[in-house]
This record gives sequence, C-alpha cells and structure tokens, in this order.
Amino acid sequence: MRYESLLDSVGETPLVGLPRLSPSADVRLWAKLEDRNPTGSVKDRAVLWMLIDAEKVGRLRPGCTILEPTSGNTGISLAMVAKLRGYRLVCVMPENTSSERRQLLQMWGAEIVDSPAAGGSNEAVRVAKGIAAEHSDWVMLYQYGNPANAAAHYEGTGPELLADLPSITHFVAGLGTTGTLMGVGRFFREHKPDVRIVAAEPRYGELVYGLRNLEEGFVPELYDETLIDSRFSVGPRDAVRRTRELLEEEGIFAGISTGAILHAALAQAAKSVEAGESADIALVVCDGGWKYLSTGAYEGTIDEAEDRLEGQLWA
Amino acid sequence: MAVEVRIPTILRTHTDGEKAVEGSGTTISEVIDDLETRHSGLKERLVESGDLRRFVNVYVNDEDVRFLAGVQTPVKDGDTIVVLPAVAGG
Repeated sequence: MRYESLLDSVGETPLVGLPRLSPSADVRLWAKLEDRNPTGSVKDRAVLWMLIDAEKVGRLRPGCTILEPTSGNTGISLAMVAKLRGYRLVCVMPENTSSERRQLLQMWGAEIVDSPAAGGSNEAVRVAKGIAAEHSDWVMLYQYGNPANAAAHYEGTGPELLADLPSITHFVAGLGTTGTLMGVGRFFREHKPDVRIVAAEPRYGELVYGLRNLEEGFVPELYDETLIDSRFSVGPRDAVRRTRELLEEEGIFAGISTGAILHAALAQAAKSVEAGESADIALVVCDGGWKYLSTGAYEGTIDEAEDRLEGQLWA
Repeated sequence: MAVEVRIPTILRTHTDGEKAVEGSGTTISEVIDDLETRHSGLKERLVESGDLRRFVNVYVNDEDVRFLAGVQTPVKDGDTIVVLPAVAGG
C-alpha cells in the first residue's frame, strides 16, 4: 500500500484471528494490530487527530511549544509528529517508566520533565498543569480531556472493526486516557448497539496509588461510563502471563498492557462459552514488546517478572 | 459469608495498617457495614449518600462493581474484594 508520507499511513491496521487462543469455533478472538502504526502504538491515532485539530482551529502555529503529560506512547508519537511539523515538545513523564521510552523520546528530540514515581500518571498530570499555568503560550493537547483523542477512534478504529468483522459482539481495550474505549464505544452505540464494550484497567503496585488523600484521585474528563459495559482490573501477574501466552500460542510479541487486555478478553470469552453464546471478540494490541524488554517481563519465571514490575508503570 | 477485602495504603489508617481484612455479608453494602463495626470511619471514606464515592473503585473478583450492581452487587464466600483509588493511566 502506498502513502504520500508517514503521517498518512496512520490507522487501517490489520485484524488477525487468534485461532489457538479462541476457546471454540463459536467463540473467537480477533486482535487489532495497533503496533503497526508509524511509531509502533495505538497512540499515533489520537496524536494525529489532536494535532490536526489544534492546527485547524489555530491553537498550534509554527514554532509553538507542545507540553504533554505522558507515560510513554503518546509522548513518543507526539515527538515524531512534532519533529516533522517543527514544534518543540516537552513531555512530563513519571520517573518509573522504562528506559526505552525515554530513549525514544529523546531520539525524536523531545525534552523530558520527570514527575515523581509515587502517584504515577496522576502526578504527571498535576506537574504538567502546573507548568502550563506558568507558560501560557505553550500548548497542552491534554490527551485525557481532548475530544479529538476519542474522535480518532470514533472515525477510525470503530469503522475499521465493523468493516473487517461485521459479526463483532465484543470490543476489549485498555483504560488509560479512555480515548480508545470512548471513541469505539460511541461508534458502536450508534451503529451496532448490541456490541458490548469491555475495559481492561491495569492494576499497579501500591507505589502508584500513593495519594495523600482520596480527593486527589483522577478520572479522565473524556470518561463516560455509559459507553462501557464491564470493566476488569488486571494485575501485573495476569498481564505478564497473557503477554507470554500471546507470543507462545499466536506468535504475537506485544507489550504488557496488551496482556492485560487479552486477560479481560479471555474472561469474556469464558463467559460466552458458559452461556452457550457465539461471540466474535475484538481486542486491541496496543504496542509491541520492544519498549518493555528492560523491565524483565519476558525472561525468567512469572514470579520473577511480577517482582520486577512492582512499582513500575508497565502499561 | 467470609470475604477478603484489600485496602489501599491511603485507607489503612482505619485498619491499623492491615493490607487486607476479613468481612462478611451477602452484598458489597453489607460487607462495608460489617467492616465499619470493627474499622470505624472506613464506610464514610468509601460511600456517600448510598453510592461509592467518585474516586473510589471497588472490584469483586477483579470486576468493577459499578458495572455490576454497584454497592448492591452480591458477594459469596471466598470472593476477593479490592478497593482502589481512581488514578490516571495513559
């Protein structure tokens, strides 16, 4: 397939069957390979939409500085696009994220501001909002509250899934900014309302929940719980186990958050089997495993991998 | 009905620092009432006018109860309840 430039090649990702992980001929799993996007993650969709939207309404002009709180993939994607379009990028990133993510950001020319490990992405959001208040001319696209994030999936991911899998019954994705689930969820509510929308939420070690009080909790502004039908919390042990199964059984080398999503998808598949229903369950492969090799998730026993992920932002 | 309830760091002031406590009841609501008898003040941190507080998430066997029956979600012997504050991802 031919494109005018790299940015034109975002989206239209393959949907591949998972015949060995599917429990039966009637209950089937399908993986949407978002690691096939230009910077290797699903975030290319949201970033491109947010950027084009900001340029269109005149928020972004040549020479602007972009500021964004991100635990990795959004920053990496922004760094690539910012370089091509001539923007300066400052990313606020929790210090407990993998070194590959930092190296990739710097490679594309982004500047990194560290936020404390304790508190995870909550802290990154808080620090970024503080910096934004000091630099009123900087542009924060703010993935947690930018409707263009969800729009990328409403206009892209959702229609692609329906075209490739008209018999789809369930969609399973990770819950971070909530952009993927909100966009695809809204698309199916309007176009095929019987499709059930399932969220897989990573459950980190205690350090990440290090709030001073409960009022510091965070729910992304984009989040609308009426667009979701069930939500699973998945810990690092199950995420690692499923990440390895995906590689063993289907040959797909995915990141750890994809393991969490597969875990929720398999739980849903088991429910469908038990209920005697047929199901076509589509799940998102958010990114490849490359960026997480240094976390140790892919070597040694599951116990060892689980220990090594303690305190890390692995999704 | 005995269930294990995992308590996040921020609420352990109510459980003498215990990470997990045992509760009993046939619904989340009953379990919270039962915990309150031994861990005073916990209920008020979790529930507000009969509903879970905005930044409190409760899971039964890893499923978010907001998408089941909320505080009326049934629990059975051996279930695991996890309480977590809502935090950002992405």
